[in-house]
Amino acid sequence: MPTMPAGTLYRGKVGMWSWVLHRITGVAIFFFLLVHVLDTALVRVAPEAYNVVIATYQTPLIGVSELGLVAAILYHGFNGIRIALIDFWSKGAKYQNVMFWVVVGAAFVLFAAFAPRHLMHVFG
Amino acid sequence: MSVVIETPNSPRSKKQANWEKYGWIYMRVSGAALVVLILVHLISNLVVPEGGIKAINFAFVAGKWADPFWQWWDLAMLWLAMIHGTNGMRTIVNDYTEREGVRKTLVFTLWGVCAALVTLGTLVIFTFDPCPIGASLEALPSFCPAQ
Repeated sequence: MPTMPAGTLYRGKVGMWSWVLHRITGVAIFFFLLVHVLDTALVRVAPEAYNVVIATYQTPLIGVSELGLVAAILYHGFNGIRIALIDFWSKGAKYQNVMFWVVVGAAFVLFAAFAPRHLMHVFG
Repeated sequence: MSVVIETPNSPRSKKQANWEKYGWIYMRVSGAALVVLILVHLISNLVVPEGGIKAINFAFVAGKWADPFWQWWDLAMLWLAMIHGTNGMRTIVNDYTEREGVRKTLVFTLWGVCAALVTLGTLVIFTFDPCPIGASLEALPSFCPAQ
């Protein structure tokens, strides 16, 4: 009788979903980076031009979206360290599952510290 | 022409420089640096200043770039993040494109955009004038002389 696949580092469960999330957050951060380099380049055009564009980052809609960006950066960065540890640490593959939850926990703690303060600034 | 993938369990057939390996190493080294660079960037721009994101304007940027430390910090972020992100996008394009022409066009476009933005950003950081002539005084940092 066939049994369910146990799940490996890359198929099913944490190994696969951490990879999917790493890709999605990576693409999102990449496109923000393109916009962010361009908006910062406006400081070379005129102070007023930069101030007009940066004011859109301070609106409620974009302000809330920035929480998503920060969450994506925290996850992508910490999970990237997990990937490097899987590659370079002799016990990395063995502890990849628990390391994923450490990544989620660390990202959540920093996000919880950042989010209320940021929302107070955006809506204050 | 379809994309050809080498058999993983046989030695590399090409004898040139192993660019895929250097790319693989780059992602890990730059990634570790970017975690520190970007966390400090977020804390110093969004958490430390009174008012957070509402405090960011031309005068704020001018105040930061008056210090070469932040110029070099932002330059490192620009180069490392743009190349890291472009190489990640290249990996995704390699994974999902089926036709070689489409793949080559997308990868060429990615590196073109990367080169353009890295050049633009580098020029902006080092040719930046915190007190441009003709700008309204209230938009400028307090250290600018009255015009």
